[in-house]
Amino acid sequence: MRQRDLIRLSLGSLVDQRMRSFLTILGIAVGIASVVLLTSIGEGVRRFMLSEFTQFGTNLIGINPGKTSTVGVSGAIINNVRPLSIADEEALRQIPGVIDTVSVVQGNAPVEWRQRSRRTNILGTGPAASTVWQIRVARGRFLPADDQRAARALVVLGSKVASELFREVSPLGQVVRIGGERYRVVGVMESKGQMLGFDLDDAVYIPTARAMGLFNQESLMEIDLLYQAGLQSKTVADQARRMLIARHGAEDFTITTQEEMLDVLGSVLDIVTLAVGGLGAISLLVGGVGIMTIMTIAVTERTPEVGLLRAIGAGRGQILQLFIGEAVVLAAIGGFCGLVAGAGGAWLLGALVPELPTHTPWEYALYAEILAAAIGLLAGVLPARHAAGLDPIEALRAE
Amino acid sequence: MISLTRICREFTVGDERVAALRDVDLEIGSGEYVAVMGPSGSGKSTLLNMIGLLDRPDSGSYLLEGEDMTSLSGSQQAALRRHKIGFVFQFFHLVPRMSAAENVELPMILAGIDSGERRRRVGETLEAFGIGNRARHRPDQLSGGQRQRVAIARAVIMQPRVLLADEPTGNLDRVSGGEVIDILEDLNRSGITLIMVTHDPELGKRAGRRIRMVDGRIESDS
Ligand SMILES: Nc1ncnc2c1ncn2[C@@H]1O[C@H](COP(=O)(O)OP(=O)(O)OP(=O)(O)O)[C@@H](O)[C@H]1O
Ligand SMILES: [Mg+2]
Repeated sequence: MRQRDLIRLSLGSLVDQRMRSFLTILGIAVGIASVVLLTSIGEGVRRFMLSEFTQFGTNLIGINPGKTSTVGVSGAIINNVRPLSIADEEALRQIPGVIDTVSVVQGNAPVEWRQRSRRTNILGTGPAASTVWQIRVARGRFLPADDQRAARALVVLGSKVASELFREVSPLGQVVRIGGERYRVVGVMESKGQMLGFDLDDAVYIPTARAMGLFNQESLMEIDLLYQAGLQSKTVADQARRMLIARHGAEDFTITTQEEMLDVLGSVLDIVTLAVGGLGAISLLVGGVGIMTIMTIAVTERTPEVGLLRAIGAGRGQILQLFIGEAVVLAAIGGFCGLVAGAGGAWLLGALVPELPTHTPWEYALYAEILAAAIGLLAGVLPARHAAGLDPIEALRAE
Repeated sequence: MISLTRICREFTVGDERVAALRDVDLEIGSGEYVAVMGPSGSGKSTLLNMIGLLDRPDSGSYLLEGEDMTSLSGSQQAALRRHKIGFVFQFFHLVPRMSAAENVELPMILAGIDSGERRRRVGETLEAFGIGNRARHRPDQLSGGQRQRVAIARAVIMQPRVLLADEPTGNLDRVSGGEVIDILEDLNRSGITLIMVTHDPELGKRAGRRIRMVDGRIESDS
């Protein structure tokens, strides 16, 4: 028997039982569609999170005061921990392969200009923050490379702060008051949007030493190292660790490489995608049971036909092929419809709800289709074996 | 061409054993026209199934064109059914969802013949049996006589050596039954070996040879 004829015969009997075939196909299609849709959402969220985390560049190492056993950002400064100082930062900059460093102190204070005031994030950073974090200046310039300990009272505004405080007026050269001190505006940043709930546009940047004074902080909250692309993050991190231990006498700080963070994040998101795909797989299983039921009924109904086919020369193998063929065609059509519906649904969802990013991983879609065909095969085998095992004479008499 | 020696076949019904064929010896030559008659339950259908390789004897030997049939595997038997044997049944056994042409095409599909050749042979055969204009009709749109003609077309489309007909007119009125017999006899005249089970003595008389079965044995052979 030829492949084409096998498919034609299968299609013929499926078309004959339109309603039944349609419902069975629907079962598989819903399964495949949910697998595709759910993994699309999972993958979309994963990509979104990764891009959130890498938007500041990937060759970054963060150093925070205090020792935490798990990977994470520790803002708390424990009493017997020596503070991270600007001197530490300057020492770290000497490590070969380190291009730049940024010290960070963060707090909250009102920014005032004339009668307007806005409570916002104050980021005390070094002059390299703009390049290291890849945030561009829209107008003016970023903080100049002054002597860090005696930096001038200059400020760069986030785009939202600038537009809220100054409206139509150009902020460049204007003087604002931050925590009672006067700062001259030298630049306005480009809009960067939110990063995990932290609004970077609703922030202003002032020199680190001034922020330490403003918030009465002894220690930096963080030092970021930007290292040359192509270097191992571990190599750089080890050098930084050795240097700081030498300076502090103990490991009272935490080093987090971007790679580690991405690894942890990635494995968490992998589990999410997997769990979500598993949910879809359950509905696929239900679809498979549907196919099995329908094929069992079909074999019973068509017992005389099986007898006739045997009488006109069909071998057991051919009967097996015919019924398995039907199950596989059902599943494959269902799989294809599900794929289209799932990918289309994911696309539509992405278009209608931009906050919910979706991305259809095509290799998953392919697996889903192969899975559907395999389910058809498995679900078809049992009923088809039953049909092939029928005694032709008995089958002919069953009318 | 067909040679049965001491063929026995028993069925188990519940605890009872029913002998459907008892020590049947039968020789049928190529091109013969044989009518098999006898009371109900005498083993006529069982004999036909045996010759048609749908059933295996419990004992005895069966040679078809000099070849031993009892030792063949299931798939070898299926291949012989495909190429050497045609079946016609009392209840037609057409596939209801397929058109007349598709029903006739089936054995050729199973044999893997290409579609151009199939179409040509189906067209010719339906035409020859006077149902060329019914090719696209489904069985439920055909009369009994037409259905049986489709079934005969399907049985002979592979040009078998033997045609086995189990009460082919049992479900037909006189007129369409007569037409069906005409077709079968035409086929026999052009060389096919025809073995036909019938209850109708009139039809039996037309055959070249009559076998009468009683209780699983051949009672008379003339
Ligand atoms: N599959 C079967 N299982 C059990 N018994 C069977 C089977 N097939 C036939 N028999 C028995 O074998 C005997 C012969 O049956 P068979 O069908 O050959 O008779 P027949 O001559 O064709 O009768 P009829 O004229 O009614 O068709 C009967 O007693 C029948 O009950
Ligand atoms: Mg009978």
